Amino acid sequence: MSRDAIVLLGVNHKTTPLAVREKLALSAGYEEPLQLLGQVQELREYYLLSTCNRVEVLFTCRDVERAQQRVLDLLFGQAVTAEELDRYVYRYVNDAAVEHLFLVAASLDSMIVGEAQILGQLKEAYRHATKIGSSGFILNKVLHKSFSVAKRVRTETRIGANAVSISYAAVELARKIFGDLAGKKVMLVGAGEMAELAAEHLVGQGVAEVVVANRTLQRAVNLARCYNGRAVSLEELLDQLQHVDIIISSTGSPDLILHKEDVRPVMRERRNRPLFFIDIAVPRDLDPAINDLDNVYLYDIDDLHSVVEMNKSERDKEALRAQRIVAEEKLKFGKWLANMESTPTIIQLRGVIEGHVRSEVEKTLGRFEEMDEQARQGLEKMVAAITGKIAYPSLQYLKSENHCVSLHDRIKTIREMYQLDNGANGQEAP
Amino acid sequence: MSFLLFQGSVAIYLLSAAAYLVFFLAQKTPLRRTGRAIFLVAFLLHTVNIIARAVETGHTPITSHHETVSFFAWSVGCCYLSFRWRYTVKNLGVFVSLLVLSLMLVAAFASRGVVPLPPALQSWWLPVHASIALFADGFLALACIGGIMYLLQEREIKSKRFGLFYSRLPSLEALDKLNHHCLSVGFPLFTLGLITGSFWAKQAWGAYWHWDPKETWSLVTWFLYAAAVHQRFTVGWRGRRVAILSIVAFLSVLFTLWGVSFLLKGVHTYVS
Repeated sequence: MSRDAIVLLGVNHKTTPLAVREKLALSAGYEEPLQLLGQVQELREYYLLSTCNRVEVLFTCRDVERAQQRVLDLLFGQAVTAEELDRYVYRYVNDAAVEHLFLVAASLDSMIVGEAQILGQLKEAYRHATKIGSSGFILNKVLHKSFSVAKRVRTETRIGANAVSISYAAVELARKIFGDLAGKKVMLVGAGEMAELAAEHLVGQGVAEVVVANRTLQRAVNLARCYNGRAVSLEELLDQLQHVDIIISSTGSPDLILHKEDVRPVMRERRNRPLFFIDIAVPRDLDPAINDLDNVYLYDIDDLHSVVEMNKSERDKEALRAQRIVAEEKLKFGKWLANMESTPTIIQLRGVIEGHVRSEVEKTLGRFEEMDEQARQGLEKMVAAITGKIAYPSLQYLKSENHCVSLHDRIKTIREMYQLDNGANGQEAP
Repeated sequence: MSFLLFQGSVAIYLLSAAAYLVFFLAQKTPLRRTGRAIFLVAFLLHTVNIIARAVETGHTPITSHHETVSFFAWSVGCCYLSFRWRYTVKNLGVFVSLLVLSLMLVAAFASRGVVPLPPALQSWWLPVHASIALFADGFLALACIGGIMYLLQEREIKSKRFGLFYSRLPSLEALDKLNHHCLSVGFPLFTLGLITGSFWAKQAWGAYWHWDPKETWSLVTWFLYAAAVHQRFTVGWRGRRVAILSIVAFLSVLFTLWGVSFLLKGVHTYVS
């Protein structure tokens, strides 16, 4: 009665050069490759993750070797040769697979350790798997667990607090300029994903207000609602500069939307209170010369990258603590998995006992289907209660931490006692 | 007696500055607390030294060059501690301890002889004028230190090249606030110092204003600070420009204190 093995196959930025990764990347989205995996008979449950830095497939199966071969052939077979696959693809089984998944989710395996985007990508991939119903009992559990591990790492270590990604870097800089961010106002110009992320972090730091300026006002209104903010049209941009302190610009405009000469008079109006511009648009939205003005600071995406680089070593220290959390959670999950082994026995045992009780009741009182509704419900409850009470000691015996007798032996004992394997009970395991 | 106390406090100031410096460069946080504690001990010893000196000489010990600079260092420490009690500005202590130490070293190399006070100057205006003026200088020194820190930090943020100071210095806002606070306390004190000085002059020499070099330079300094305060509070200058102005004006303070004494002759007594 052994359980299925959990297997993880994949390539990432550490093991595989970009040229090979490009060939393996699943650029067509998740639908098609998931359908393909569905054809592999050996797989019980499966799930697929593809980002720019990694492609990973996680599945459960009985026969690890055969399943592994089929999956590799199917997904990557056409793209690269067998030797290349051998050299680059890493394979993890059971505990190692769980650990790797946790590391990925906690962003410890990322190129920029601690960046938060990977968790979103993981959830997205999981959503696709659940949509076609390819993830089952075990994968659901292990993936949900990986989300909570990631959350734990984020809250218990400062791995996320240290300018881990561009948006964090921006917040860090804002704190060096403004000190306390409480009471400061932020304006988002254009509503990209990056801008939202940065705004979210700033709101987390206690900024007073978020103003959203966008070409289409409707989108601005929607986004502003998320932060209890205000929406303005793009034409009001210059007027708003008097009131806000931090401007995050990410429009798709091909030209500059703000020039040095536009900002200079604003500073006089502001009585030189500092302004911090963050330009994360490519091509740039803001005139680089704006940075030359007194009390005005302009950072574009490349500048922020250099801040991220600077914070790297501090983050590596936090990564150690984060790895400890992952190891701890892996152990816990391992226990859960081990207990999983007893699940079929438990179900079968309950089935056997319930069957006996039910048949004895029917012998005395007649068939359940022929009774009136109220009496039947009462008896059903009684059957369930008796089953529970009789099964309880055996279940405790299986579940308890018993260091003298291994789980395997305990399962064997129960199965022999109740004669679950000789079919005499006429009950098949579900 | 007072000499021994003085030597002791110089040595302890040296220790404090060393602890602060090691903390600043190596980022060893426990050392900051050590540095602060040592600084406090040195400051207390210095206070005792000044009292002892007053008892020895029989008048307020702000007449000779040695006494003046030592008192100046003490007032900087005093202003820093009073400021620290209200706000914290990250790592300001490092810079203050260095300034205090260098002032103390200057005082240590000056002649420690007691200058007998001419009868004309024996007046209760002496402690009032001299201590107010030197306390003003203490706050203005802090404004200058804040200005230097501001310029260092601003240069790294503006140029986007993060070196030694970015992570070690406080935010620009905090430094600007330091400047604001020190100017708004230091400038009125400085003005009061000028006014009490002219009353003393009237009493000692019969006229409120003599245009002797020290007075002239004080006035120049006063105008520099008046400009800074005016620009800051009415025009709304802040940040870099006020920081630069604070530094320039403080150089003028130092010149008034020393340059005038050594380069230009005047009626202020400790010139000899």
